[in-house]
Amino acid sequence: MASGVKPRVKVPKTAAAGEAITIKTLISHKMESGQRKDKEGNKIPRSIINRFTVEFNGESVIDATLEPAISTNPYIQFEAIVPEAGEFKFTWYDDDGDVYDQSKKIAIG
Amino acid sequence: MEFSRRDTLALGLGAVALTVLPFQVSAAADDAIASFTGGADMADTGLTLTAPEIAENGNTVPVSVDAPGAVSIMVLATGNPTPDVATFNFGPLAAEQSASTRIRLAGTQDVVAIAKMADGTFARASQAVKVTIGGCGG
Amino acid sequence: MNIKAMTAVAVVLLAPTFAYADADDDTMVLNEDISMVTKTAAPAHLSDALDEVMSGWHFRSDETQAMQLDDFDNPGMIFVEKGMETWAKVDGSEGKSCQSCHDDIDSMAGVKATYPKWNEAAGEVRTLQMQMNDCRENQMGAKAWGYDKGAAINMEAALSSVSRGMPVNVATDGPAQSTWEMGKELYYARTGQLELSCANCHEDSYGLMIRADHLSQGQINGFPTYRLKNAKLNGVHSRFKGCVRDTRAETYKPGSKEFVALEMYVASRGNGLSVEGPSVRN
Repeated sequence: MASGVKPRVKVPKTAAAGEAITIKTLISHKMESGQRKDKEGNKIPRSIINRFTVEFNGESVIDATLEPAISTNPYIQFEAIVPEAGEFKFTWYDDDGDVYDQSKKIAIG
Repeated sequence: MEFSRRDTLALGLGAVALTVLPFQVSAAADDAIASFTGGADMADTGLTLTAPEIAENGNTVPVSVDAPGAVSIMVLATGNPTPDVATFNFGPLAAEQSASTRIRLAGTQDVVAIAKMADGTFARASQAVKVTIGGCGG
Repeated sequence: MNIKAMTAVAVVLLAPTFAYADADDDTMVLNEDISMVTKTAAPAHLSDALDEVMSGWHFRSDETQAMQLDDFDNPGMIFVEKGMETWAKVDGSEGKSCQSCHDDIDSMAGVKATYPKWNEAAGEVRTLQMQMNDCRENQMGAKAWGYDKGAAINMEAALSSVSRGMPVNVATDGPAQSTWEMGKELYYARTGQLELSCANCHEDSYGLMIRADHLSQGQINGFPTYRLKNAKLNGVHSRFKGCVRDTRAETYKPGSKEFVALEMYVASRGNGLSVEGPSVRN
């Protein structure tokens, strides 16, 4: 596993049924581009988060393909509809095969 | 306003540099656009791309895209060694077809976004971003 | 195109850059909650040189400024979280964590604002990192952290984060005065092949451009600072080292008595500004 990877998400605790909410996400990750060289002049191999998906109660909100041009500690913000109470599931896919996920429940109120 | 000969020369060279500096849209960027759109025409409206006119550092440049009714939006940095940045595919629970992120730009260049609409049409937006070089590098 | 026309083009192209160089008048409210003091009357010891002291935040673009306003948007907070985890983690031969003696890290609010400061028992001025290592070696039986290295910077940022909004208040008198004076001397001493002192750029020339960048007052109330340039937290001494190196001088080392003194003096130039660390800069 790439070291020091930690996903963070910011989701309101409650929303009105059908309300649009802003979700912010950030995962601590180097996003090594594959373009850099080390001190000896050898290319540092690419190692990035290449995909990020968000589902709510199993239905898709966003599915993003990420490339090495995304900055260190990838930050993604978007808008989601909350049709009912339930759970957001956030998943980040690493080049090295690791998958990081996080869930957040939201209540109607 | 008065300029010494030296000032004039320096400013003149600056103007030349500024007109040359923006990277050309690369063949790779054209290819990426062609494979996304299949060569279809792109409308100039329907997609908003927000990026700073001047980025203080090319390592972390905030960009946002917003295209009501899009199914996906591709973002390209046309002057990067590889132009691909990200593609956002919106599901049924996306409240808006919009997203914000932070990207790397190798230098002053055009950032381009292409939206694919639900009806199969495409829209394009672009924004020139000047990437400044630091003061001291320290 | 003749020279005159080219000059005219150049002036038009460069004009926005000049307008953009001055410190702005934005106000900083952190997390829509804490009102931050980012401009205030210069402390008495500085009143001959400056009327007002200003946070480096005012010299940054709107985009960079915005990243600091919300803890979720501020990537420096990733490192604060790491520091906070370390706060509660037992390390060393004595089976203690920071928390064993100090309770919750929130109880340390205000501490960062007073450092560097005189330590009576040790008979020396200490930076916060020196004090952290004293705790580690003498209370916890743990290894000292490298100066400005990841673990130390994360903890310094965590301690700073709980003091945000409180005014920097570094004492310049009493037994610490000789160290403070040494720092002041270093601040005004020209170094390197370029023969530049800290003051040449950050007191005489703040607000001007240095190449494509704005010169700030060089205040350190925002340290540790997350730089977009290297996407990590940067320590004050490492920043000093970068500046001194750029004058083309041999630099002092992070943790050296010279940089401790300089940190004390520079911190005191920001007395009255809010603690901001971890700030976001370019």
